Amino acid sequence: MLSAENQTGSKGAPSVSKGEGPKVLRAGFIPLVDASVLIAAAEFGFAAKEGLTLDLVKDVSWANVRDRLAFRQFDIAHMLSPMPVASMLGLGSNPSPTIAPFSLGKGGNAITLSVQLFERMREVGELSETATALENAKALAKVVQTMKAGGEALPTFGMTYPFSSHNYEFRYWLAAGGIDPDRDVKLVVVPPPLTSDALAAGGIDGFCVGAPWNMVASERGLGRIVAAKQDIWPSAPEKVIGMRPDWAQSHPEIVSRLLVALDAAARWCDEADNHDALAELLADARYIAAPVEIIRHVLAGEFSLDAKGNRRVIADYFTFHRGFANYPRPGHALWIYSQMIRWGQLEFSEAGMRAAATAYRPDLYRAALGAGPAESDIGIEGDRDGFRFMDGHVFDPSDIKAYVANFPVGSAQASGLDD
Amino acid sequence: MVGKGCFSGGQRYVDVCSRLGFCAPVSLVTAVAMQHDIGMSHSDLTILVIDENAIRASIIEEGLREAGHGRVTVIHEVQGVARIIETLRPDVIVIDIENPNRDMMEHLFQLTRTVSRPIAMFVDRSDTALIEAAMEAGVSAYVVDGLKKERVKSILDMAVSRFNAFSRLQRELAEAKSALEERKVVERAKGILMKMRGLSEEDAFALLRQTAMNEKKKMSEIAQSVVTAAGLLM
Repeated sequence: MLSAENQTGSKGAPSVSKGEGPKVLRAGFIPLVDASVLIAAAEFGFAAKEGLTLDLVKDVSWANVRDRLAFRQFDIAHMLSPMPVASMLGLGSNPSPTIAPFSLGKGGNAITLSVQLFERMREVGELSETATALENAKALAKVVQTMKAGGEALPTFGMTYPFSSHNYEFRYWLAAGGIDPDRDVKLVVVPPPLTSDALAAGGIDGFCVGAPWNMVASERGLGRIVAAKQDIWPSAPEKVIGMRPDWAQSHPEIVSRLLVALDAAARWCDEADNHDALAELLADARYIAAPVEIIRHVLAGEFSLDAKGNRRVIADYFTFHRGFANYPRPGHALWIYSQMIRWGQLEFSEAGMRAAATAYRPDLYRAALGAGPAESDIGIEGDRDGFRFMDGHVFDPSDIKAYVANFPVGSAQASGLDD
Repeated sequence: MVGKGCFSGGQRYVDVCSRLGFCAPVSLVTAVAMQHDIGMSHSDLTILVIDENAIRASIIEEGLREAGHGRVTVIHEVQGVARIIETLRPDVIVIDIENPNRDMMEHLFQLTRTVSRPIAMFVDRSDTALIEAAMEAGVSAYVVDGLKKERVKSILDMAVSRFNAFSRLQRELAEAKSALEERKVVERAKGILMKMRGLSEEDAFALLRQTAMNEKKKMSEIAQSVVTAAGLLM
């Protein structure tokens, strides 16, 4: 096994000062490639270098992760970026204050549809092999319209959790194509490791989930990847490190050391030279328990779109560190808030907006790491090339209501496809 | 037993739902409205137990019936749970937390939540000791809004103690199993030593024990290496 000393030079591991309790942190995670930074911090010596031991606990559901964090079985947790936002807004069956002082990076999600559905899209939508995410969504809209006209059962799609990047990204993609995710299709929750089996069994016709599960389905010849997270919004936050605000307040030094360790681990994960070692580790039964080859391809962004050999390389499919990828941007929390409003999970209020923004804590990040991006924490998103939303909309956090009202498809709009 | 107020409450919900484009468990909320309108006696609570482990589920079910709850339904998989909740209208749902489908339940409750916050996890967050004990035991519960703490506490307490008893049983079973396995491998190693080195049974056993002591290892580990080595050499 590698150690941090080999990577970053040897330094004695300073101990945490007394009074903050044990240096062993219990950390919950879900087996996904986007838990890489946390896993690398525990396994490659980055946490140890900061005098911390990360006791990683693999869990089976986001609801469990949320509850175990709330009820003190976990000190920190690998969480979906909307989870702390939902908690601060009192959404979900067990909302308990949760903050995110560190993002685990960007990328990793994709949307996969069954080969049968994609075949129909190609017939109806005249899709080329290199069709864009938007062209794919529009082709699906045509198929759904045909299905409605013919009285066929509407497609059922899987995502991971009501407050997940997958829910909002799947909805964003569908809506960009003109499909109302609440009226034209049925969205259900499927646990990530079960997605390709559910697709095989015909229980769902597609899904949006994190790596490596899209590639697992395409390699099995079950699905066709039709959009990646980058296509929908390249800046979109993915997973974060969540913790209880009272715990963070009473353990400032541990939080600070943790962020230093995670930052070093993230930098290491970003280096392509380290990907073989990382893939090897992630493939282990204790972590993702998936073929190492697939994880290696996922880390390199080399996508098998289907089993026929159609490939696509997505640059920066995973960004673990570069460009302040770990900086928790309150503006992103507000974008998540806007999508919650767009899809009827709650209504806009000034108080809600303030609560949503407090879920992300750049102050803790800056205190620990002494740096941050030059842009302001809350700014315009999607107005520059390379960072645009797939439908060209621009997010102005100073007018969330107008932003939401501007979408042709949303829960408040009488939208969707004609019956 | 369906009251008038209940119906209009349910209807209002349906209207809001269809406006929002949601269509999930309509009658769950109707069940809430029913309780508020006409009230129910303690033993009338409808309880749904979702546990992939059939043995543990039946232990829970038995406990609930013994405690006087007649309306208990047990399911082992979450497939189709939306429809079951719709027809059953449970007041309390007990689910094992190793069930990955908890996220699916979360989605279901989120759909109904927009209107009247009908579902909460556990009954009363002020009773953190109970909640922590439940999470520790591996059980989680969803409770329809408006139920009084004392009506649900006994159900949760029972579920927690039965979950714990079940884990204990499983642990003991696993220990017994591994003890049996260890004895088996020691027997085989003894046989190999007797045959290959012409030792008596007592001497073969003494040799294994002495080696284990010298190497500071368990006798079963030494026995396993004897068996493995013999397999390679013969």
